[in-house]
Order: sequence, then C-alpha cells, then structure tokens
Amino acid sequence: MKSKKLQRVDFIFDCAGCEPIEVVKKALKMSREEVVSSIIESGLKGRGGAGFPTGMKWKFAKDEVADTKYVICNADEGEPGTFKDREILDVVPNKVLSGMAICAYAIGSKEGIIYLRGEYNFLLPKLNGQIDEFNNNLSKIGLDFAVSIRSGSGAYICGEETALFESMEGRRGEPRNKPPFPTKSGYNGKPTVINNVETLVYTAMIINMGVEEFKAVGTMDSRGSKVFSVSGDTPKAGIHELELGLNVADFVEEFGDGDTKAVQVGGASGHCVPRKLFKETIIGFEGIPTGGSMMIFNSTRSMFNVLNDYLEFFAEESCGQCTPCRIGTQQLIKGVEQVKRGEMQSEYLDQLIKLTETMKIASKCGLGQSVANSFSSIVTNFREEMIY
Amino acid sequence: MKNYICYSINNTLNQFNMADTEKLVEQLVTQHGKTRNSLLPVLQGVVREEHFLSDTAMIAIAKALNLSSADVYGTASFYTFLETEPRGENIIRVCKTITCKMKGKQQVIEAIENHLKIKEGETTRNKKFTLLAANCLGWCHKGPVMLVNDDVYPHVAPDQIVDILDKYC
Repeated sequence: MKSKKLQRVDFIFDCAGCEPIEVVKKALKMSREEVVSSIIESGLKGRGGAGFPTGMKWKFAKDEVADTKYVICNADEGEPGTFKDREILDVVPNKVLSGMAICAYAIGSKEGIIYLRGEYNFLLPKLNGQIDEFNNNLSKIGLDFAVSIRSGSGAYICGEETALFESMEGRRGEPRNKPPFPTKSGYNGKPTVINNVETLVYTAMIINMGVEEFKAVGTMDSRGSKVFSVSGDTPKAGIHELELGLNVADFVEEFGDGDTKAVQVGGASGHCVPRKLFKETIIGFEGIPTGGSMMIFNSTRSMFNVLNDYLEFFAEESCGQCTPCRIGTQQLIKGVEQVKRGEMQSEYLDQLIKLTETMKIASKCGLGQSVANSFSSIVTNFREEMIY
Repeated sequence: MKNYICYSINNTLNQFNMADTEKLVEQLVTQHGKTRNSLLPVLQGVVREEHFLSDTAMIAIAKALNLSSADVYGTASFYTFLETEPRGENIIRVCKTITCKMKGKQQVIEAIENHLKIKEGETTRNKKFTLLAANCLGWCHKGPVMLVNDDVYPHVAPDQIVDILDKYC
C-alpha cells in the first residue's frame, strides 16, 4: 500500500476566511438534505477514535421522527496521550459550536449539550461566555437552537457515548447495550447525534470550503486531515494537524528524537508499532485508525513499564459492569507481573493474549474490547522485555 | 516566610453543619431542577463547596430528588471526582499516566509529600490539602502536570511546588 507524504494542514486552527456564524448562515441556505449529503459525500469519519461515518450518523438521526432530538459534543477526552480537544475548545470554540448548529439544523434539533470532562473545568468561565454569545447570534439569524454545557466527574468510560448519556441522566457511567443506537434512542431516550469535538469542526469546515476541497486531502479510506497529539520522547511535542494516510516511518522522521523504538498509535486502547513495522504501517482507517494520540518511546524506555501503565489504567477505569473486562484487566496485570518475576513460564503470555481475544469478543463496550490492541501488539513485538 | 495558617495543625475549617448542607442542597436543586438528570450537577455543586459528599448531603439530595439514598451513593461512588470520603479544602491531582511518568511526575509527588508531610492519597491534618494521583489529565505534551482544584500547572517542576501550594493557603 502506498502511503502519503507527511503534509501539514491547517483547517482546524486557521480562522482566516471563516467566520463561524457565517458558516452556519451558509448551511441555512442549503436544504437539510443537502447538508447531510455533503457530509456523507465528504467521507468524513469520526475523529474520536471509532471512525463511524459522520454523515450517516446525521442521516439516521434526521430520518427519525421525534418531538425532541439532541446534538451532543463529546468533549470527554480521556484517552492517555490525547489533548487536542482541549486545545480546540480553548482556541476555536466557535467552530465547534457552529458544527453543532449545522448538525442541529440538518437533523432538526433544538438543544445541544457539550459534555466536558471534569479535568477541563478551567475552560468553563471562558467557554460559558462564548456559548452565551453564540446562542445569541443563532437566535439573531433565526436558528432555534441553543447549546449548554455539562461537566464530567473524572470517569474515562463516560467518553463512551452511551455511558455519557447515562452520566447525563444522573446515573453511573455504565455503557448500554447497542442497539438501539444513539441516533434512534440516545440521551433521554431521544434521537441523538453525538460527535467528537474535532469531528464537529470538520463538518463546519466542509460546509465552508466545500466537499471537493476536503476530499482532495487524505486517501480513499481516510478523507481529510487529523489533529495529532504528539507526546513522549520527541522534541516537537504538541498538536499537529496532518494529512491522513502517512506511514509511521515518515511520522517518526519528523517527530522522533532519532532513537525511536516504538510509537503507540491511538493511546492506551490503540496499537503499538515497533521500529521494524514503521514503514508498512499507515496512520488512517486503512491501517491504524486513531483518535490522534501518538506517544513516542525511545530505546531507553521499558515497554514492560508502558504496558503495565496501560493495564493499570484499564483496570482502574473499567466500569465493572461486565465480567470479561472487570476480571480480565486485573488478571492481565497479575499475569504480566508473574511472568516478569519468573513465577510463570513465558508461554503464559500466549494464554494472556488469548484472554484479551476473549475480552474483545465478550466485553460490552470499546474499553474491554480494545485492551487486546495494546496488549497483543506490545507483548508480540517486545516479548523479551516482558520476560527479562 | 511560611504561611502559618496554612501549616498549623489545628483547624476548624472543613466542618459543615447539617443545616448549612441541607440549605446548599436545596439551592442546588432549585438551580438545576428537580429531576434525576440534575443529580450530577447537584453532586458536583456540593463537592465544590464542601469538598466531599457527606452522608447528610447524600441523604438530603436523595430526599430532594425523590431517589433512594443508596441510589445517590451508588451513583456518586462511580465517579473519581465525587469524593465520598472527607477531603482537604484543596485537592491536588498529579497525572500518573505514562508520558508524565517519563517526564518526572515521581519527583513532583515527592516534592509535595515532603512539603506537606503526607503520602499520596492522604490529607493534611489541618484539612488544607489532599494529594491524589490521577489518570491522564490531557497535557501529555507539557508533562508533568498537576491540577490543584480546577487550576492546571503544566510543566510543573519540583522546586515550584512550595510557591504554588502557598497560593492556596
């Protein structure tokens, strides 16, 4: 598979030629069908990590008949190594709000809510002011839609869409069974579109610059660009918007410190790419899809410690509702520590990989299902570090 | 100069009487609405004022929202930030996730422990500070990072700890 060259893009943070409220006005001149079909045609996929086609989500919600529909902005960014949503909400909140307003117009919703993680409460004073102003502007241009904000309380799992609804409804943040999907029955049992912060900005940008210009960036499977949160052993830690479809080798050449041993693509629930696979691994939906977390590790780092850290994270953040995830995460920590101490044969690692495969099939939500990603990619590629 | 109020051992702060708590709950319920959807904002409001959820507070919330107190406790205990144990007036959370670990969060924790004479997870005797470790706080490019209440301190160095904490005395 041919990969794209590393290309910097500036759709998200560049504000020249884009007055957010004007973009909403532009959308209001289109029909609801046209707005939805533009987003479908653009090929935009969710930027939170799961990668569901955004336009289809909007279409499903638009086709539902209901007295109340909701647009929710998922700002419960908790994946280790991810910090782009905070930056977007801090720097260009109006673009997020205009994405929400455009969605509201398209699906016929009057109420929007931003679910902001509790760790980002320091953003609230500024954000509340901007929301008030934006709501005012919306009523001036005649769109009956208003946004409010809700705070989280330090639970990673609430980034899972149905857990987020439970939390907003005043319950424990335990994911629901799907189906029904949120577009049919979401917050308060009403049709709900829930999109990631970055996704909402891209929807506004697609309306602003047109489908073709957006589609010209990226690849067949991964249209457009993506905001990456780069951290770890890198001289260029920070937020970088790049065209999708590049390979890890080019990424490391730009961001590595010259001694990169592995890159964790997609945070704790993502995949670990070792040096030998840099060239053949594409960052995008045809390779490794990601919410944007890129943690770079150089040769001084112990991958056992990295894995252990991720496992502790999962064990703590598992909601405990379903057994494979609750027990599985704890057994994995116990298992890798036993192997490290020499109390278990190294073959036991293979059994643990099997356990993660079971968790992938049997867990109710993405948390338990994705433990296998980092576990098997780290254990397979750095087996000797797990044992000695 | 040491701020003596901050480091004195005896402190009568952080003691709330029942009537005040019930009044606070009443205010919050009026503000957010008398439905279950308001449960989290109400719980968050109590934690903001009283730093943790006392039995009195949870029982009052249960009554006001027409829920069982077990249901209120069950919900609150799910969330890391909704403390059900007494906590200090200021809560320090140091990010413990891998990138902050790589950038020296342990030295930051040790500096805080030495300064406040408490261990991770503990509260100072005067109830001024509680020190906790937190999962990823979303500042991986500027680690190590710590939160004091809602305030963020990215790129925090061990030698800044005394000055930062003095601000909360």
